[in-house]
Amino acid sequence: MGFLDINNATKAYGSVEVLHKVDISVEEGEFLVLVGPSGCGKSTLLNMIAGLEEITTGEIAIKGETMNGVHPSKRNIAMVFQSYALYPNMTVGQNITFGLEMHGTPKAERDRAMNEVAEMLQITQLLNRKPGQLSGGQRQRVAMGRALVRNPDVFLFDEPLSNLDAKLRVDMRTEIKKLHQNLGTTIVYVTHDQIEAMTLSTRIAVMNGGYVQQLGTPKEIYDTPANIFVASFMGSPSMNLLSAKIRVEGDRAMADITQGEGTVSLAMTNAGPRLKTYDGQTITLGIRPESITDPDGADRHSQHIETIQARIDVTEPAGSDTFVTTTLGGKDCIARMRADADVRAGQTVDLAINMEKAIPFDPKTENRIA
Amino acid sequence: MSVASSDSAVRMSRFTRTLIYLFLLLFALFYLLPLFVMVVNSLKPLSEITGGNMMALPQVWTIEPWLAAWSTAQIGVEPTGLRPYFWNSIKMVVPAVAISTILGALNGYVLTKWSFRGDKILYGLMLFACFIPFQMVLIPMARVLGVTGLAGSTPGLILVHVVYGIGFSTLYFRNYYAAFPTELVRAAQIDGAGFFRIFWRIMLPSSGPIIVVCVIWQFTNIWNDFLFGASFADFDSQPMTVALNNLVQSSTGVKEYNVHFAGAILAALPTLLVYIVAGRYFVRGLMAGSVKG
Repeated sequence: MGFLDINNATKAYGSVEVLHKVDISVEEGEFLVLVGPSGCGKSTLLNMIAGLEEITTGEIAIKGETMNGVHPSKRNIAMVFQSYALYPNMTVGQNITFGLEMHGTPKAERDRAMNEVAEMLQITQLLNRKPGQLSGGQRQRVAMGRALVRNPDVFLFDEPLSNLDAKLRVDMRTEIKKLHQNLGTTIVYVTHDQIEAMTLSTRIAVMNGGYVQQLGTPKEIYDTPANIFVASFMGSPSMNLLSAKIRVEGDRAMADITQGEGTVSLAMTNAGPRLKTYDGQTITLGIRPESITDPDGADRHSQHIETIQARIDVTEPAGSDTFVTTTLGGKDCIARMRADADVRAGQTVDLAINMEKAIPFDPKTENRIA
Repeated sequence: MSVASSDSAVRMSRFTRTLIYLFLLLFALFYLLPLFVMVVNSLKPLSEITGGNMMALPQVWTIEPWLAAWSTAQIGVEPTGLRPYFWNSIKMVVPAVAISTILGALNGYVLTKWSFRGDKILYGLMLFACFIPFQMVLIPMARVLGVTGLAGSTPGLILVHVVYGIGFSTLYFRNYYAAFPTELVRAAQIDGAGFFRIFWRIMLPSSGPIIVVCVIWQFTNIWNDFLFGASFADFDSQPMTVALNNLVQSSTGVKEYNVHFAGAILAALPTLLVYIVAGRYFVRGLMAGSVKG
């Protein structure tokens, strides 16, 4: 039993079930990120934890106490909303202490708590302003202050950074992470941004269509995605998914991929024994762009690198890296090269593929072949 | 002479501008003419009116007609002037406006932020209240007032106007609150505020423009109402409009037109005042309610 337990929780509107038997246990001090495309049910799940949406079946418990039917204000949670939801008619100070006031905390104690939080978030000079006079980043801080001042068991964040511009978003991301490290609070954080999910979380739940597709640490999610959805959703640019025909050759499996008129054969070293049962069948082979590089940029610690020749269709210099597109298995395939790799469109160059990181998927069930 | 340039559609020639102002001035004069006639004639002795020119300025300026209309003119059988009826109207309008506005705000709050099964249908039904003609409710309302024992009293009139006003005030507030972020209500719920505290502390303080719209609308309608006042009021609760009618219609003695003009202006003054004080918020609030609703 964890600190926050979601046991077989489902949510249905009438006969339409939008969230199917979600089962997640969060330990104290964990940073759980719910990530997925819009409409996947992540915000619904967050609202159910907050008590803003009812739980149709199943149970949500905080510190071992069931929260079904408990009013949001009695769950000892705090929530930061996407729009910040600052009360426009109150000053920053009043915004921060409103919750304490509603819970009957004496004025002196409220002010002490307010000053403490304001100092931590460096918003002391803003306390007498109205939310309308603040910039986006300042509002974000106030919204966090309002959550922090209550000293809740669980913090809930609903896409808190999506209204900020790109640079501020990265800054605030770091600040949220710092805050979590310093305070050791338990956080559930909803986002559709896979980079936020990867950088912030201690664990990620990738959701789609009302199902939790995979629950695991960022590394697990990234390196061993459970299915094609998780593989392609996490990572940018997204994973290359190539059609490959499996051919068993002695004690190893080979993946044959068409390339122009011919075929390249890649030995599957890192795959589980079940791959051999796919002899003669076509599978989907997932290779991340950073696992296909110029030979000089290849991972030196990798046990198995295959080198192939490929014609470059497009190059996209991005400053820190150069992304190149080639055609493999009849589809565009993106490779990530060093920034100063000397490649031009139309050239044929050597590409080094790190086969340790190649992941086979069953094309019918879309699950990883373990 | 024409300085119109092709780079801006808004810029226009001096000739066009003059023409537009001329038209505006003409229409302004046209609309102000009745007011002019009323004001001018209310400041003349009666002999000047009966003697001839309604449009002429007074030869002898006097405020006697105003004083008479306010405190001594014959209303029905009593020589009380309009004064007691003015207070009747105030005693009716202020509570009726306040109650219908607050109920409308509550309705709008519930209909948008505490949605329940069938709320859309209920709202649709409430909208009907805006379209029901006054005459249709006369007899049922008389029955209700009779049963409740409120017939012929100021509270009775307040009830009538509140019931009639809720349709419009609900319409205003519902549309305004529909654009009000629901996340604020949710945040307040998590902060521990209940139904009424959210209403008082979060919703109402942010409703300034729509409150102004609702108050102006209700005030004008209720103050100007004649039919309900004539039908449901007793002698000691008759509003200003009914008294004005009685003043003008009195069949004994000479028709004192100057007093009638002064009385009519007195009756219209409060609504005029409300418009002047709060008018600029009116359009703003109306836009906010309608565009986002």
